[in-house]
Amino acid sequence: MSIANELLINAREMCSKAGRFTFFTLRLLRVTPAAFKRIGLIWAQIYNTGALSLVIIMLSGLFVGMVLGLQGYDLLRRFGSTESLGVAVGLALIKELGPVVTALLFAGRAGTALTSEIGLMQATDQLAAMEMMAVDPVRRICAPRFIGGIIALPLLAAIFSMIGIYGAQLVGVTLMGVDAGQFWSQMRGAMSINDVVQGIVKSAVFGFACTSIAVYEGYHALPTAEGVGRATTRTVVNSSVAILILDYMLTAVLL
Amino acid sequence: MTQVSTTQPTVPGASRLAATALVQLIDVGYDIQGRTIFDGLNVTMERGKITAVMGPSGTGKTTLLRLITGQIKPTRGQVLVDGVDIRTLDVDGLFALRRGMGMLFQNGALLTDLDVYENVAFPLREHTNLPESLIARIVLMKLHAVGLRGAARLMPAELSGGMARRVALARAIVMDPLLLIYDEPFAGLDPIGLGVVLRLIRDTNDSLGLTSIVVSHDVDEISLLADTAYILAGGRVAASGKPANLRVDDSPLVRQFMGGLADGPVAFHYPAPNYDAQLLAQDVPI
Repeated sequence: MSIANELLINAREMCSKAGRFTFFTLRLLRVTPAAFKRIGLIWAQIYNTGALSLVIIMLSGLFVGMVLGLQGYDLLRRFGSTESLGVAVGLALIKELGPVVTALLFAGRAGTALTSEIGLMQATDQLAAMEMMAVDPVRRICAPRFIGGIIALPLLAAIFSMIGIYGAQLVGVTLMGVDAGQFWSQMRGAMSINDVVQGIVKSAVFGFACTSIAVYEGYHALPTAEGVGRATTRTVVNSSVAILILDYMLTAVLL
Repeated sequence: MTQVSTTQPTVPGASRLAATALVQLIDVGYDIQGRTIFDGLNVTMERGKITAVMGPSGTGKTTLLRLITGQIKPTRGQVLVDGVDIRTLDVDGLFALRRGMGMLFQNGALLTDLDVYENVAFPLREHTNLPESLIARIVLMKLHAVGLRGAARLMPAELSGGMARRVALARAIVMDPLLLIYDEPFAGLDPIGLGVVLRLIRDTNDSLGLTSIVVSHDVDEISLLADTAYILAGGRVAASGKPANLRVDDSPLVRQFMGGLADGPVAFHYPAPNYDAQLLAQDVPI
């Protein structure tokens, strides 16, 4: 088979997958309003995807903030403007690193859990049993997880950024001796509500992408151990690529 | 059906549902990926009776169940359930039809994050607005019927295979269905569990006035349980009738199946290239 033929087959397969994903997401969106009637299910998923991810998010946020504090101090010292460390760290975390790193961690922790949970339900006939009980699994299982993820990710990103700023302050102010008043006042003076909104919009979009990919992969996983494993891997890979592509697009639009 | 028939049963009036039939498949054909699973399949399942569907592996028994439950639609012919042609139903229509059906999966298919009580209450919570006190009473009654009222707060992982199937049965009957479908209900059960499930299927069918469809390989159990049995082979009904009559049927396939013989029309060996040629070849082709 020639390379051109192989490329053509791969391109066709990719288009077909994109089409299936689009149809599934539309189906998910169609049943989402009905899922809001069962608020208890959504709360449970905010807990599963959000609260259970808190430790990894907080720990990562602290160390990312500390690294930013160190690198930022080193860079700004060369220009004699270390007092701007607070602004640099705050903007970097709230507009960029907070949403992106949180989304990548979310895909690895919560996204894989969603995919494997739904995939195993598929493999053990639990979703088929629901269909036989006249219960739509997309409405009962996928939609609450989808909504829970979209709500949880912006909250996690906010916590990540907050802890990150604290970490940067710990390194910049406590260890390197940057003036605390300048660190905080410059940050408050230079940042606008628009910067915060940008961060929230980005993390909500990443939440949409991550959870829709995770539930799609779980719902369409082959009902075998290998099938669920592969679907989980695809969730991490596709979510990570989607987050980085969407990040560039959103940054270009929102700047 | 009282007489054994080794040909297709005659269907009186292809478009008219027999008066006592709850499920009727009329000249059904089903093709998938260029392969014909059924061709001219005619099956009638009477109200209030237990009908067994048997046949060698890969003959489409589960596909038949999926046709009846509307999970797939026939390529040709009609599938009538309670007089409704499932091909004409949209998703909402199918879900409405399934509210009158219960299905027992081979492994029970219990929801693993809910305990026994919540599993049985699941359809009631999804489809009704009954008060909690009434749901509790209905669930306890159904669990009592399968002998597991005391296991209400156990998780599915804490149940044996037989117990899981009994919980699944309680869940399947909690909405008082018209039709109950069992997919391999005896697989992997110990003799006690098997006896319990056997009795429960008969008692449930008779006491609740249900119609039951049982897909199984277990000839002895089906002989004790079913009112009518169909043996599928080659995409059609190879034989049908009372299980006792099928036991004395002299067609080779029915004899092989009912007698559990290793060789016959269903060959022991899966089609393969010549044995000697394959073993003696330079690079053993597999």
